[in-house]
Amino acid sequence: MSSVIDWEAASNPVKENRAGNIGKAVDRYEGPLKVTGTAPYAYEVAPPSPPAYGVLVSAPIARGRIAAIDIAAAQASPGVLLVWTHANAPAQGPRPARYDFFTPAPRPSLDSDQVHYFGQQVAVVVADTLENATAGAALVNLTFEEDASSVIFHDHYAEGVQPPGESDVEIGDFEAGFAAAPVKIDDVWRSPLQNHCQMEPCATTAWWEGDKLTVHTSIQMVRYAQNSLAETLMISNKNVHLLTRYVGGGFGGKGSFYDDLVLASLAARELRRPVKIAYSRQQMMHGTVHRPATEMRVRLGATADGKLTAMSMMTTTHCDRRGNFTEHASNFARNLYAAPNRLTGHRLVRLDLPVASAMRAPGEASGTLSLEVAMDELAEKLGMDPVELRIRNEPPTDPETGKPFSIRQLVRCMREGAQTFGWDKRQPTPGQVRDGRWLVGLGMAAAIRGNFLLPAKASFTVDADGVITVKQGMTDIGTGTYTVLAQIAAETLGVPLGDVRVEIGDSELPPAPGSGGQFGAATAGSAALDAGMNLRKAIAEIAISDPASPLFGGPSEQITFQDGVIAIANRSERLADLIRRNRPDGLTADGEVRPAADASQWSSHTYGAHYVEVGVDTVTGEVRTRRMLGVFAAGRILNWKTARSQLTGGMIWGVGSALTEGNSVDPHHGSLINQDLAGYLVPVQADIGELDAVMLDEVDDKANPMGIKGVGELGISGAGAAVANAIYNACGVRVRDYPITPDKLIAALEAQGR
Amino acid sequence: MRPFTYERATDAAGAVTSAAATPGSKFIAGGTNLLDLMKLEIEQPAHLIDVARLPLAAIEDAQDGGLRIGAMVTNSHLAADARVRARYPVLTQAIVAGGSGQLRNKATTGGNLLQRTRCAYFYDTAKPCNKRQPGSGCGALEGLNRNSAIFGGSHACIATHPSDMAVALSALGASVETLSPHGEARAFDLDDLHRLPGETPQIETHLIAGELITAVVLPPPPSGGQVYRKVRDRASYAAGLASIAVAGDQVALGAVAHKPWRARLAEAALAAGGSPTEAIAAELAGASENGRNGFKISLVARLGPVAIAEARNNGSAA
Ligand SMILES: Cc1cc2nc3c(=O)[nH]c(=O)nc-3n(C[C@H](O)[C@H](O)[C@H](O)COP(=O)(O)OP(=O)(O)OC[C@H]3O[C@@H](n4cnc5c(N)ncnc54)[C@H](O)[C@@H]3O)c2cc1C
Ligand code: SF4
Repeated sequence: MSSVIDWEAASNPVKENRAGNIGKAVDRYEGPLKVTGTAPYAYEVAPPSPPAYGVLVSAPIARGRIAAIDIAAAQASPGVLLVWTHANAPAQGPRPARYDFFTPAPRPSLDSDQVHYFGQQVAVVVADTLENATAGAALVNLTFEEDASSVIFHDHYAEGVQPPGESDVEIGDFEAGFAAAPVKIDDVWRSPLQNHCQMEPCATTAWWEGDKLTVHTSIQMVRYAQNSLAETLMISNKNVHLLTRYVGGGFGGKGSFYDDLVLASLAARELRRPVKIAYSRQQMMHGTVHRPATEMRVRLGATADGKLTAMSMMTTTHCDRRGNFTEHASNFARNLYAAPNRLTGHRLVRLDLPVASAMRAPGEASGTLSLEVAMDELAEKLGMDPVELRIRNEPPTDPETGKPFSIRQLVRCMREGAQTFGWDKRQPTPGQVRDGRWLVGLGMAAAIRGNFLLPAKASFTVDADGVITVKQGMTDIGTGTYTVLAQIAAETLGVPLGDVRVEIGDSELPPAPGSGGQFGAATAGSAALDAGMNLRKAIAEIAISDPASPLFGGPSEQITFQDGVIAIANRSERLADLIRRNRPDGLTADGEVRPAADASQWSSHTYGAHYVEVGVDTVTGEVRTRRMLGVFAAGRILNWKTARSQLTGGMIWGVGSALTEGNSVDPHHGSLINQDLAGYLVPVQADIGELDAVMLDEVDDKANPMGIKGVGELGISGAGAAVANAIYNACGVRVRDYPITPDKLIAALEAQGR
Repeated sequence: MRPFTYERATDAAGAVTSAAATPGSKFIAGGTNLLDLMKLEIEQPAHLIDVARLPLAAIEDAQDGGLRIGAMVTNSHLAADARVRARYPVLTQAIVAGGSGQLRNKATTGGNLLQRTRCAYFYDTAKPCNKRQPGSGCGALEGLNRNSAIFGGSHACIATHPSDMAVALSALGASVETLSPHGEARAFDLDDLHRLPGETPQIETHLIAGELITAVVLPPPPSGGQVYRKVRDRASYAAGLASIAVAGDQVALGAVAHKPWRARLAEAALAAGGSPTEAIAAELAGASENGRNGFKISLVARLGPVAIAEARNNGSAA
């Protein structure tokens, strides 16, 4: 069993970084393929024979049942090969009562006449061309019996119940502490339902050879999908070969899979012909998953000198009727600030809406939008600088568990950010700075996001040319996994980066959990490092046992790997020569990582601080970000460029959360009204002025053998709150209902008689 | 998308003859609106007549000191024209406030005028929409109508016309030249091109089926400054929440009605010596809301006077 103590003590090539591959701004391994449009995404993979094309049909009601089915016209439509509804779809594994993230389970499609949400897939048409399938799909004639539905979250807050298996967490006596506090904040924030809007929609190309299925699909978790698909199709997982080589964005939305994968697999079996199915943009909005809306009540009690004495954050959120996903927006509050009396928890409302699930930084992304603004409000009430208020409440150990921090540099992030950004120029009184039609304001917020490590395996092979091939059933969802694995391999085996190949996204490779929860690089990379270390040992053994090697008989523990050359003291030879002589077919070593048995003795997180300058036009209510700086502490950075891209991408998403993003729910139809990217507004280039992310020099030796942590979700956490705080500083108006759009700002200004 | 036949027209007369002869045909110019709607099967033309390469892509000086803009002049080209930038800056500002660079490179002057509403219910074939399917009801009336009209709506439809360019053209007093399917040359004031929804929101203009827009004609610019201001949720690439074009004492509003809304009442108030605030208030006296679009009334009340003042300022600076 591995142990944090061992990780801390042991040195390794990643920590030593002799060749300097670690941390470098290495270009993306697969970048040229992507920018030249030649990386085959799942829908573009060429199957062994000409494919058929499936188009999905969606339900137009929020709740009810399919009362009558007429598929004759669709079946007779030119080129149509197959039309399935629940009435004639093949038998599949039964749907479990509830899903969770880690237990594989069947995900049958078209498995009942019940409609649970608007946009649920209710039929599929497969034809010889996409056009014929589309035309056929329009002819599927379903009659629905509609039931009354509950779709408006705000109307159902009061029905919130404790999520299954959870309870509120109280330390001390919150109510008493809050009642006694001389300075108080008690406000409610709302965040809307949001969609991932990945550039690449969910898509699958499937074909069978005998009883063996090959599927190329767009997904974050290879092994989970392979096993769940096998259970859905009721076949052995050995007969499912699942590949996901390039993924055009996941963000949590591809943590599971959808009807494209199941129905393409089933239709390919039925038709004995490859089948491709992709979701449309509109189907992505409804038919996959979304981040649910929240209502967050934050109460802070403090002494006049800014010490928090009571802190509570209660979140009500929603999921679909059959789901059990909870947006744990209050969780991060348990680790952020010191306060003796604390109360946090969640309430869940079940609605007839599409399926709620994880989206980039689930919990923190929504949660920081309230607490980090509440801290700003408290600072103002106290007449204190918001940075200073946070520093005064910096806990020496984890504020709830009392566990030591593995490392916590939040204060340093805030201080360095303040200095670099010019925080001292902030006017504490709102509305003081004007630039043309813009009132200009500065805001800041803290960032925190958990750190995780899951079990994973990997293998390394060195071939007779000295080329190292990394193999792992890992995914790269656009984050840079290919690249960081190559860097770890190059550094560990002492070969040039150009001599590393990376093969991932394949269920036949050593399993890794995939990408999610910002655990990807740490998990996959640690297993890769272990495989590299084992390969080094195997190479050393061969070298000292090979009379033809200059290293023969040498002390194997002194072997070095550098520039493709292995050496013991001044005796050396090229790695390729040794392998060619001894293992012309290549030499492979496996590796793995497991969470350390004692990992839970530390409180381990990533931290950061956001600084934002916005302009607010108080005539029109428009807000534009002008400058953003994030300073982050997230362990050792593997690749400056890809890490920075993750962080700045998250910050930009935070701007979207604060200002533009959200799916409004139609009260009569239960649908998300903005179904495309002309209606669902994510920030565009012009919305983002100056933008920079700084990564502190940090090593978290307790996190994993490499001392790295995740960055994928840290950047969004807190970013939107900093924008909201800057808006207040600019114009003196707080809008607690996100996104902060011109209509809401105008209403708030008019409420102040402005 | 439904199957369709296609031809490329080589002259305007041929295009209208073909349109008259082929039921269910539509012109396609830049295709930036029509193709999107065809993919969603909101538009289902049986036949497309491609007019993009008709020799109508020139911007010519008119004898009266105005400009004659061919219907196929692209939005990018028009916005960049030195004469337009110098004499009709409101038009350049309006065009570049719309869409993205890529869209403006394809979008044409004629097509822009005839682009269809961005009402979300119109775009969702699972929803009732009188404009898309007459008689099916209006999803926006009691639904999420944040972007709906505050002027000239009806109980059948409260959609807005989304063009920015057309708002500037309205304020500039532009007119439109067409060729009817019978080969007859016609002309409209721009303000008479589009209709209010009334009982028939599916009929959006006074053009007859198969009538081709050939040009937009700008009179000499009115005296006084010009400005276009568009308020939107994000800095670029977003439909307007409300917009205003001011050219001298001529004012038009955008994203507030089924057509570019020439603010005649505001103009009359200005002519009578009213302040910009009074003028906009006079116009807004005729506004109505359906719930979520009510903020547009406030927005126009706030934006309008500022824009008029800005135009006057531009005029005195020039
Ligand atoms: C994502 C997105 C965002 C956009 N944002 C904006 C915006 O912010 N502001 C804005 O103003 N616009 C915006 N647009 C709309 C864009 O400006 C229009 O799509 C474009 O101007 C239409 O011109 P086109 O030449 O491509 O028309 P087409 O799509 O070719 O045609 C549109 C219609 O006009 C008809 N037509 C075309 N030419 C003629 C003619 N000469 N005579 C008669 N009929 C004709 C066609 O039959 C069709 O019905 C946006 C579009 C998209 C897709
Ligand atoms: S407002 Fe007009 S376009 Fe929108 S749903 Fe109603 S009828 Fe259709």
